[in-house]
Amino acid sequence: MSIKVDFLYWPECPSHPEAWTLLQRLLDETGVAAEVTRRVIETEAEAETTRFVGSPTIRVNGRDVDPRGAEGMASRLTCRLYFREDGRPSAVPTETMIRNALTQAQAQIKE
Amino acid sequence: MNIGEKAPTFTLPNVDGTTVSLDALLNESKAVAVVFSCNHCPYVRGWEDRMVSIQADYADKGFKMVAVGPNNDRTHPEDSFEEMKKRHKAEGFNFYYVRDESQDVAHAYAAVRTPEVFLLDSDGVLQYHGAIDDNYQEPDAVKHHYLRDALDALLAGKTPPVAKTPPVGCTIKWK
Repeated sequence: MSIKVDFLYWPECPSHPEAWTLLQRLLDETGVAAEVTRRVIETEAEAETTRFVGSPTIRVNGRDVDPRGAEGMASRLTCRLYFREDGRPSAVPTETMIRNALTQAQAQIKE
Repeated sequence: MNIGEKAPTFTLPNVDGTTVSLDALLNESKAVAVVFSCNHCPYVRGWEDRMVSIQADYADKGFKMVAVGPNNDRTHPEDSFEEMKKRHKAEGFNFYYVRDESQDVAHAYAAVRTPEVFLLDSDGVLQYHGAIDDNYQEPDAVKHHYLRDALDALLAGKTPPVAKTPPVGCTIKWK
């Protein structure tokens, strides 16, 4: 059983290349075997059906890497606002968010 | 709008209940930065502290910054005029924050992103257009302080060393 990672992005927001590079690096570093799906979201209808709350959105086994940040957010085409551990805003999820999501999913498979 | 062109003038409502006229600001300033902005965008949020520090550092030198909020508040309710007022107060912004409800000003400037800087000299002529600096995320890692460098040059009666950079940020949310 492998881990499923969904990488959803809206091309008009310029943060997705940075987030994609970060995700790839963390997959390499953690050694997590994952089936990664990269999906472009281009319409409000697509945003609605995929519960896309901003670009980029990364889910591991269906769970958002920043579940608290996604809570209560409307589906829409926008840049997503994340917050780093030091409180600064960011246009990409933090390394800790992605790493934790990957390692927790891996641990659940081993259980 | 191209470097060397005279900027379109505007009069827009400010978050404090007054109105801001670009002509009036130009009459009393040596330089004015019109910055298209909003509340929701992570790039704006990352640069906001530097917008505040630039306004503070250059206030005594005849500089004024006007942040213009043009976004469609139906798709982005956190960018409504009411939310702009709240954020301006909560964050203690020292610059004007005006609402471009019709989006006419954003269209007139051909602005596309937030934040996007248009630095004008006292004649209202565009002298610098683009990003605030080269790193929205890490203030300590900035290598090129585009707006500060342009301001230093302009206030010294010189031409900005870099007149144009690509604006980096969220797209303006058109109606």
